[in-house]
Amino acid sequence: MTTIETSTPLAVESSSPPVRPSASPGRVAFRQFLRSPSGVCGACLLILIVLGTAIGPVVYPVDPLDLVGGPFTAPSADAWLGTDYLGRDVLAGLIYGGRASLAVGAVAALITIAIGLTVGALSGFFGGAIDAALVKITEFFQILPPLLFAMVLVTLFGQKLTTITLAIGAVSWTSAARLTRAEFMRLRNLDFVKASRAAGAGDAYLILRVLLPNALPPVIVSATLAIGVAILFEGGLSFLGLGDPNTMSWGLMLGQNRNYVLDAWWAVIFPGAAIFLAVLSISLVGDGVNDAINPRLRRRM
Amino acid sequence: MAFATHFLRQIVNALALLLAVLVLNFCLIHLAPGDPVQVIAGEMGGASAEVVAALRAKYGLDHSLPEQLATYLGKVATGDFGYSYYFNQPVLELIAQRLPATLYLALCALILAVLIGTLLGVISARRPNGMLSHAVTLFSLAGYAAPIFWTGLMLLLLFGSIWPVLPVAGMSDVAHPRQGLAYAIDVMRHLVLPSLTLALVFIAQYSRLARVNMIDALSADYVRTARAKGLPEWIVIGKHALRNTLIPIVTVVGHQFGNLFAGAVLVETVFSWPGMGRLVFDSILRRDYPTLMAVLFFSAVMVMVANIVTDLVYRLIDPRIRTGQS
Repeated sequence: MTTIETSTPLAVESSSPPVRPSASPGRVAFRQFLRSPSGVCGACLLILIVLGTAIGPVVYPVDPLDLVGGPFTAPSADAWLGTDYLGRDVLAGLIYGGRASLAVGAVAALITIAIGLTVGALSGFFGGAIDAALVKITEFFQILPPLLFAMVLVTLFGQKLTTITLAIGAVSWTSAARLTRAEFMRLRNLDFVKASRAAGAGDAYLILRVLLPNALPPVIVSATLAIGVAILFEGGLSFLGLGDPNTMSWGLMLGQNRNYVLDAWWAVIFPGAAIFLAVLSISLVGDGVNDAINPRLRRRM
Repeated sequence: MAFATHFLRQIVNALALLLAVLVLNFCLIHLAPGDPVQVIAGEMGGASAEVVAALRAKYGLDHSLPEQLATYLGKVATGDFGYSYYFNQPVLELIAQRLPATLYLALCALILAVLIGTLLGVISARRPNGMLSHAVTLFSLAGYAAPIFWTGLMLLLLFGSIWPVLPVAGMSDVAHPRQGLAYAIDVMRHLVLPSLTLALVFIAQYSRLARVNMIDALSADYVRTARAKGLPEWIVIGKHALRNTLIPIVTVVGHQFGNLFAGAVLVETVFSWPGMGRLVFDSILRRDYPTLMAVLFFSAVMVMVANIVTDLVYRLIDPRIRTGQS
């Protein structure tokens, strides 16, 4: 009798997690994400922004580089958000510029994370001389203020959207590298890694298949945030006169109209608000992702 | 003694990294597309082959790359960072003229950010679910996402045309006397908007950080002990808990000096602050490479100095590190 009595609460406890055994980690994380109010708000806002840039031209078919009216026309029925210093439509600029800004953000963040993961993984996995060398390189990149470094790169190598994207990626990978390195160092001596190694797994297998999946959660969060940072960077570079003059982007609109803010606030306020909302939505999504896949970091963030 | 060796090692490390920055600068200039001599020749309105050769010899471009690097490093060692043709001045002189205003702005913003950020964080930590706490969280989200130059432009719009109570451009009024108390007040009035704009981003981050750490500290055993001893609440918070709240902020402040400096450059171009910002802007416009490279180098110098100072302050406020447990 006593054995049955003690086993019953144990059985209840072990079946208590609400997760079905069939649920994949991705599904669990997604369900968890839906429970985070900030994550859901951010995702909705982000979807709206992306949809706006995607189907905007259907609703509002104006070319962003066309001169549709006189310069500095106030918002009206013809040009919903007014025209800029050349007479180009501000709303059309926001729609097409959003594509460029979001693309720069996403690609630059990918580059950032790719470099950061590679450097951090090699450094944290191998340790020793490789680690020492890579840490020195990371340290070197950390003393160069990212925006100013990117500014020098774009000035030297040309104001093209690809150069701008590459430059942003090349200057902002250090924190991802440090994060990955720390995760790898924490993980590499754990039992499941030792077990894989004892079972004959090679270095490449250990790094890519054993350690990487376990090191990813914090990196995914920082990748999300990196998109926002890259969008801010594109804005900052354009503001310093380093935008790509042939591609409309939110940053370029700000940079080109900044001197006329007292004459035509709409040409400056709206692109800035677009950057603000995009970065805000991305960081909200980042918070939600963090809550979803990284519950133990929740308090730290 | 251990401290002296540690400090010495840091200095050596810093010098090595700065040397690396110079080598990077040199490599970047040579990797960049375009021939500087052709550019100068072009600006002279087209030049003959002899003039081009003469220019090449004048700038030492007819030597091998390692030789050029050695010459470059030798020049930098004597304080020669090249000559800016646009400003018609040695680059070092230009930087020396502009740097103080930028540092002044950056440091004021930093002090504002640490004071206001910590204060907001501490106040909101006392009631983690109160209205104020939620407001601080919202504010820090918005502060993170708002592009600094955009915030600046909106303040410029507000105070430039809608509610003109504060100056929006420059560092002082030409009409004012340039001495005495009146001048000091004038400069401070000009400082309000740029430093506040720059500080906002960092206030947002520090308040969030201070809030989290304060909430942690307030539930710690030593705070309970302090309260049990009957200490007044302001001593418990202001002395015991605050100390542990400040440590992560000091670290973040130190590691963000590069961002602070870059932010100052952006804000300066909004409010026509006479510092490095305008210099950077004009150098980009004129493709003035020597000036840009020097700006990058000196910003690295300042980040290094900030890192070393951070380390010192860190040791000062956290005795655990001083006794060698780091």
